[in-house]
Amino acid sequence: MTEQDRSDSRLNHNADFLVTAYDIRKTFKQGKQLITALDGISLQIVPGTLSALVGPDGAGKTTLLRLLAGLLNLDGGSLQVLGIDVAVDPQAVQSRIGYMPQRFGLYDDLTVQENLDLYADLHGLAQAIRLSRYTQLLEMTHLAEFTHRLAGRLSGGMKQKLGLACTLLSSPALLLLDEPTVGVDPLSRRELWQIIHHLVQQEKLTVLISTAYLDEAEHCQLAIVLSQGKILSQGPPEVLRSSATGKVFLLQPAIGQLARNLQARLLNHPSVADALPEGGWVRTVFHQPPADTQNPCPQQLGDTQLNSLAIPANFEDGFMLLLQKTRPPATQTPEQNLQLSKTFKHSAGEVVIEVRDLLCRFGAFTAVDHVSFEVKRGEIFGLLGPNGAGKTTTFRMLCGLLAATSGSLTVLGQDLRFAGAAARQRIGYVAQKFALYGQLSATENLEFFASAYGLHGQQRRERLAWAIQQFELADMMQQPSEQLPGGYRQRLAMAAALMHEPEVLFLDEPTSGADPLARRDFWRRITGLAEQGVTIVVTTHFMEEAEYCDRAVIQDAGRLLAQGTPAEIRAYGKRSDGGRPSMEDAFIQIVETARAHGH
Amino acid sequence: MATEQRRAGLIRVLALIRKESLQMRRDPSSIAIGVLLPVMLVLLFGYGLSLDVKNVPVAVVLEAPSPEATELAAGFSLSPYFRSQTLIAMPQALALMNSREIDAIVRVRPDFARQLALGNAEVEVLLHGSDANYARLVQAYAEGAIGQWRARRQAEGQSTLVGPVTIASRLWFNEANNSRYFLVPGLIVLVMTLIGTFLTALVMAREWERGTLEALFVTPVRVAEIMIGKTVPYFLLGLTGLILCLLSAKYLFDVPFRGSVTVLLLISMVYLLVSLGLGLLISAAVKNQFVASQLAVLTTFLPAMMLSGFLFDIRSMPTFLKMLTQLLPARYYVDLLQTLFLAGNVWAVIIPDTLVLLAMAAFFLWRASAMIWKRLE
Repeated sequence: MTEQDRSDSRLNHNADFLVTAYDIRKTFKQGKQLITALDGISLQIVPGTLSALVGPDGAGKTTLLRLLAGLLNLDGGSLQVLGIDVAVDPQAVQSRIGYMPQRFGLYDDLTVQENLDLYADLHGLAQAIRLSRYTQLLEMTHLAEFTHRLAGRLSGGMKQKLGLACTLLSSPALLLLDEPTVGVDPLSRRELWQIIHHLVQQEKLTVLISTAYLDEAEHCQLAIVLSQGKILSQGPPEVLRSSATGKVFLLQPAIGQLARNLQARLLNHPSVADALPEGGWVRTVFHQPPADTQNPCPQQLGDTQLNSLAIPANFEDGFMLLLQKTRPPATQTPEQNLQLSKTFKHSAGEVVIEVRDLLCRFGAFTAVDHVSFEVKRGEIFGLLGPNGAGKTTTFRMLCGLLAATSGSLTVLGQDLRFAGAAARQRIGYVAQKFALYGQLSATENLEFFASAYGLHGQQRRERLAWAIQQFELADMMQQPSEQLPGGYRQRLAMAAALMHEPEVLFLDEPTSGADPLARRDFWRRITGLAEQGVTIVVTTHFMEEAEYCDRAVIQDAGRLLAQGTPAEIRAYGKRSDGGRPSMEDAFIQIVETARAHGH
Repeated sequence: MATEQRRAGLIRVLALIRKESLQMRRDPSSIAIGVLLPVMLVLLFGYGLSLDVKNVPVAVVLEAPSPEATELAAGFSLSPYFRSQTLIAMPQALALMNSREIDAIVRVRPDFARQLALGNAEVEVLLHGSDANYARLVQAYAEGAIGQWRARRQAEGQSTLVGPVTIASRLWFNEANNSRYFLVPGLIVLVMTLIGTFLTALVMAREWERGTLEALFVTPVRVAEIMIGKTVPYFLLGLTGLILCLLSAKYLFDVPFRGSVTVLLLISMVYLLVSLGLGLLISAAVKNQFVASQLAVLTTFLPAMMLSGFLFDIRSMPTFLKMLTQLLPARYYVDLLQTLFLAGNVWAVIIPDTLVLLAMAAFFLWRASAMIWKRLE
């Protein structure tokens, strides 16, 4: 019996729904504007099922979950949770469900045990069953040995697991999880999903989970696709997946061509719905099944015929097809790649960044442990690793923001810690979570960064116009940047770092929390920059983004575990089902091997 | 069922109080504000800041020497409040005044002796007015010195000054004219305001900011329980600050205490409730640590310092400000404290002031509980 059959049979036996939403609406006031967050949502959730809420940033996922939890007032429609009208008696719902907000409200200055005690008391968990429940949850989340550690000192993945444990203490009738896996490393992500599956299968828990990772929807019985406050599709993930069947192909770039460049050209083609580099090839989704399945590649693309391979579709392919259909033409990806006013010529193999035996200690804690690598001009270089691996610390040392304990590092021939303004003028830096001034508008932010890099007069005006045009910023220039949606903020931060046209661009977790569309746009721009000779160093915990890099290193617990081209790194991976290993498989394999060897 | 629900509620409140106390213990900033700050303020205000004016540099200008004028000048040079120099012409004195080497000029005109004999002599006192409060004190001292001289001449049956020389009466309840005696009670107000409003607004806003309340809301916990859980620990911290201030007042500065300690404690508890209510109200309104702390300082701490009658006498304020102080909880508390410390249990003052504070506490706590409800918008 498949997963699907099981849930169908349950549906027949139990016609009651845990959640019944009919035509619910929610608007927010922002300044004088009314923003529609949810526009007539109707859905039903069957007890004992696992449902996923997927959709781009700002689609209304969090608003929907908060409405279910009785944390927002409904503006229209009717909403029943556990048979209770949420608008009438939110407390009755809140007492019986479990809810884990995006930033779970753990108290950082309380220990793991104290956080558990607090929530056990708040939920009125009887003393008699408390101990067994603690043991069970701590074992499930692998937190048993950390009970005396402050929650603030846990890694991102451990925090999420503790948050989950806290919401599970009372055995809730319904569990609502708001993007629990965002920013969590692949290992912890896998563990979290194992826990969730266990809860649904063994404890018959009903779970509604929102996620930005589309592969996660594939594990669920119901996938609800939300976009701009409306439900685009609702049903088993197979439905969306099968909509892409016959339309997905792997295309091999011509010799000497980079996968990401082929991808960029494919994305510009009207017949292509989506393209992603994958294992040195390009995974391509066509709007219609191509006439010639042996040679699906459109004729206009290059003179040579490309090798191709028809492959089974996944949920993401179907999702992208669906989104492309509903996306208004105005927001389609730009036709042109990002254009700088100059390109940086380079002799082959010129080393721009050199790191030798870099060590960074904070007291007894070694954040970066003897790391060496080099980056050549015009490369996209990736630093991959889970939260707390030392990526940001390495980054800060590279940018001259932090002193290394020992070792040497040079960027453009100098140590930026001691280099003058002229050397700093040649680099750009986009900090994690984007260092923008929240109260300033997009224009004011750009003007400030331009001035900070010494641009003025005509030149500044030109660069400003360039940034607004290239990064599609025009529609929200006057809003304070803290009110801007995540994707827009990311573009703004990148524009700010590129105002002075640096030779080397550092990006720290630029795609964290961004939805698939925003991430594709981002990489498109990065690819364009690299083509013009800009050297790019980027950290990410989305493993598949390593596919865009020329070379990447994998860090864990401060140590450098592997480095090489995406193909070389992927070769470390193996799959139990014998399939082609993904970047994520490789990452998990590498980290687990290293940890098994005593680290 | 009902008792069971009450019991569950009690368990939740206790859990929240324990959580808050643990956080307080681990967060150095709340300890700093609750314990270190009172001690520092006491030491700073007690030893560093003194409103007593001594050794004021002053020039006595005798434009024509005469026995009477010299006698007047001697009154200044012998006074401990003044460090006087005698000059013979105004331009020199004005130059000193402009360079702020002196803070006052006492001008005795050339015809002083003659006018004195006619019974309409005048002494001109010029004050450096850049620090109005200080100037007013110097003025009072100068008038005092001239008044002493006049009194002596009157006693000797000689002709004396006419004109508006008023002599300050003996300073009641502060016989030693020691400003510490009213500064230390004032400190208690500052400390209680900081702990009550500032700290509470800050920690509550922090919960909104970090999203911890969002998770807390989706549990059986009630709003009233969250409020009690926040109030109790800071109430106790406030009392600790109070006791520290009282002990230092008594043992470090020998400030007399004439009222009853029980009354003082009860009144302070009422004032703490007012502060806590205001702190919760502010954080519920703005939900942002930075804005909440600014608001708390602007609406409570600064007025408590400037307008409560602790540093500046309310009676000498313009009418508008005087009316404004009526709205200030700190004003009533300062009044109560100064009464208790320096006068004793004067029920005519204590009862009305306490009633006002009780009304304010009820109002703020009611508003706060109405504003904090389990919604995120």
